[in-house]
Amino acid sequence: MWVYQKMLQYPARVRSTNPRLAKAVITQYGGPDGELAASLRYLTQRYTMPIPEAKAALTDIGTEELAHMEIVATLVYNLIRDASIADIKRAGLDGYYADHDKALYFVNAEGAPWVASYIQSKGDPITDIHENMAAEQKARSTYEYLIQLSDDPDVTDTLRFLWQREIVHFQRFGEILNLLHDYYGRERVFHMKGWDPQRIPAVEK
Amino acid sequence: MDARQKEMLLRLMELQFAATELNLYLDTHPDDTRALQEFRMRSQELMSAKMEYERIYGPLLNFGLGMTGRTWQWIQDPWPWEVNWRRS
Repeated sequence: MWVYQKMLQYPARVRSTNPRLAKAVITQYGGPDGELAASLRYLTQRYTMPIPEAKAALTDIGTEELAHMEIVATLVYNLIRDASIADIKRAGLDGYYADHDKALYFVNAEGAPWVASYIQSKGDPITDIHENMAAEQKARSTYEYLIQLSDDPDVTDTLRFLWQREIVHFQRFGEILNLLHDYYGRERVFHMKGWDPQRIPAVEK
Repeated sequence: MDARQKEMLLRLMELQFAATELNLYLDTHPDDTRALQEFRMRSQELMSAKMEYERIYGPLLNFGLGMTGRTWQWIQDPWPWEVNWRRS
């Protein structure tokens, strides 16, 4: 089960009302490489992981991503909370406002709603961990683009924290991938169609 | 939220961040005794900082895992997204 902690993982600061920045940052809430996708991806993949390290890492990283989702929501909420209708129209957020007022909703930067097809849960642990490593890199890139777009130094500070976490998670998933290769006793080579691992002689350790 | 509560929360965030980072590291390095020692230390510090905070400001965790006083402080504002963390 999960419990809630009545605190953020990181003090998400916002300097001033900025609906235009909110429109970009919200993609890390409900976009393809956002925190909701990350969290749900890892938490749903963990059931079919064969080794204890992988079950633990997916549970813990999936949980940390939920905390990141709350941080992103806090940024967006505070960036639009005091925005006037004129501010919202100027920022191009009028479409969002028509559907959600200033409520939080899972959309990407262009307003497209979150869909489960952003994520995969394939059952093959090697495949799933590769997906997760790619996901962490995609999220890292997104945070870099958001940092470029940010004109609020306080928001940038929080974006930098989230950016760093993607790098750490990528590292942990890379270690999980190595542990899975050890578990399967396979050589660390790329799988090619028609390639038969039985034909490769085992290497003495 | 007064300055003291914010200061205590920031300390909790720091300690919990250290514990989170070590937790993830230990997930893939369960035999690293130095990291385990460090985790145990941070975890202990975190627990005592949490207890100190909860004694004054009410439970940090729901479902019975936080410390509850004579009044139901859980519903007290502000919630995490409402705290103004801006440096003054």
